[in-house]
Amino acid sequence: MPDLLSVTDLSVEFATDRGVARVLDRISLSVAAGEVVGLVGESGCGKTTLGRTILGILPGSARIRSGAVRFKGRDLLELDPVAVNDEVRGRAITFIPQDPWSSLSPLFTVGTQIMELMKWKSPRRDERWSRERWPALVRRYARDRRRADLDAVLDVLRAVQMPEPERALRRLPHEFSGGQRQRLMIAMALLPSPDLIIADEPTTALDVTIQAQILRLLRDLVKGRRVSVLFTTHDLATAYEICDRVVVMYAGQEMESAPTDAFFGGPAHPYTRKLLESLPSPDGDIRDIPGEVPSLIEPPPGCRFHPRCDYATAECGAGRPEARALGGEHRVRCYHPVGVA
Amino acid sequence: MSGAPLLEVVDLARHFPIRNAVGRRTGWLRAVDGVSLVVWPRETLGLVGESGCGKSTLGKTVMGIYPPTAGEIRFGGREIGRLPRRERRSVARDLQYVYQDPGASLDPRWKIGRSLHEPLQIHTTLSRSERQAEVEAILRMVGLPDAHLDLYPHELSGGQQRRVGLARILMLRPELVILDEPTSGLDVSVQASVLKLFRRLQETFALTYLFISHDLAVVRAMCRRVAVMYLGKIVEVADAAALFEDPRHPYTRILLAAVPRIGGPRVTADVALDGEPPNPRDVPTGCRFRTRCPLAEARCAAEEPALRAAAGRLVACHFA
Repeated sequence: MPDLLSVTDLSVEFATDRGVARVLDRISLSVAAGEVVGLVGESGCGKTTLGRTILGILPGSARIRSGAVRFKGRDLLELDPVAVNDEVRGRAITFIPQDPWSSLSPLFTVGTQIMELMKWKSPRRDERWSRERWPALVRRYARDRRRADLDAVLDVLRAVQMPEPERALRRLPHEFSGGQRQRLMIAMALLPSPDLIIADEPTTALDVTIQAQILRLLRDLVKGRRVSVLFTTHDLATAYEICDRVVVMYAGQEMESAPTDAFFGGPAHPYTRKLLESLPSPDGDIRDIPGEVPSLIEPPPGCRFHPRCDYATAECGAGRPEARALGGEHRVRCYHPVGVA
Repeated sequence: MSGAPLLEVVDLARHFPIRNAVGRRTGWLRAVDGVSLVVWPRETLGLVGESGCGKSTLGKTVMGIYPPTAGEIRFGGREIGRLPRRERRSVARDLQYVYQDPGASLDPRWKIGRSLHEPLQIHTTLSRSERQAEVEAILRMVGLPDAHLDLYPHELSGGQQRRVGLARILMLRPELVILDEPTSGLDVSVQASVLKLFRRLQETFALTYLFISHDLAVVRAMCRRVAVMYLGKIVEVADAAALFEDPRHPYTRILLAAVPRIGGPRVTADVALDGEPPNPRDVPTGCRFRTRCPLAEARCAAEEPALRAAAGRLVACHFA
């Protein structure tokens, strides 16, 4: 299967008051068409930065040091920013945020906000319009396209099981519960008919029963439409629920990547094993990972996990291991993978 | 459990008035509505439920942050719900409340040492050198070096700040500590070290914990007994093992079924968890869970089930 998205050797740095933070260190990963990939890691591991780099919305203090982000064969980092904005961001790649509050204005009805999105990002939008010289504010929204877009909006709202879709469009964001707001965000991410959705911890703020509903809904919808998802989460159990494949990151480096069952069944990277062991177990055993996550301003050389790793040797600090294939799609970047001769 | 309960809550209620734009009361939000439970000395009682079920309000009412609307709170056999302010203060030493991020309650302009001395200055008559010895001992107990006493909160990492916050709470050697969502927002590896610390402190200081959390996996690992709340009521109280292996209340069953478990069947493949909790301003008649309950019958709307003993636990359901 050809990869829809492939990130190779991507390094991103941030200028901070205390020095340059090396937030992503030669990251490589890929997402196939129709695949749900979980990007798992603790806070500060760079998973949000990776999502933002793919979307092209890094803050000004960030610098891309090296690497490529290939999406449908084109490097998004090399592409004309206007073309990325017209064709890719919000169209071919959309985004589901963790907190729907920050993505909806409290002052406008949900309908106004969704139709504003459709005016610019609808799949029925005529490409010739984008090069017009009129300022964005006065550009027209053709009436027949608007009508077709509205039908599409109502269809998608029904698909996300929003009760009374017509009425929902006339309501303000605060009139919806957290679960319903997340349904709205999923609808808005699906409306431009994207190839890839980047979902940044979309269920973290929800209660478990609502989380189960939203995960099921998201999985059914993306599988039905063959949309790929890059699903960022710090919750391993959520990744187990929804993902076809899991990639684990630590301090800006990807450590291991495997199909979900192989990942949870036979994790090979020492960090992955420690992470899984630190989940609270039903028999009350609690095991933590000694040490702390390193500073990204002066990260340890080589494999960034080696100062906390039980298997570390001199070579771990000398250079970063290359990816090693363990059969199937299972890849691990470690000199001493566990359970492998 | 032997002896008398450390904390006994009887028919406790805490209602909040709902007011309209001109300040006239238009109704009551019954956040906690007739809750009874006991906490035995040195145990960890888990209190679980979804957001808005009233678990934090219950903790804060016990703590005295909110005065109770009705009911009794007995701490060590003494009724403390309606004590005058001054007397209430003497109880405050033995009862501590830990917010989600105890580090955030440190004064940013005070050195750690000063923050740790303050509770001893207010509540004890120890001399300066005695206080210093006590502060150093407790700081060591939470796993921090003495040198940290001369640092400001912003010079510590988030995890270390949390430890200082806990040290501050332990300064007065409380008996009951109410932990309100103590692990939410933490990464799993940090969460594991915080939970280990809670356990060690419980052994060292003979603490009793009321552990409020929405994270069922953490509650299962930490607690001996668990109480489940739904819309201001307790629906089931049982030993942790019994509750997690054989839940009796339909709500407990749905809640447990919704938790994703690595290696288990996918929750998302399983239906039967529709609907959202009703607005707590407008609770259903009879059993509050009936609007989402798969077993609901006419009787559930008419009669509110009482919390009664069944199958070696307490459960509030007509069909348990």
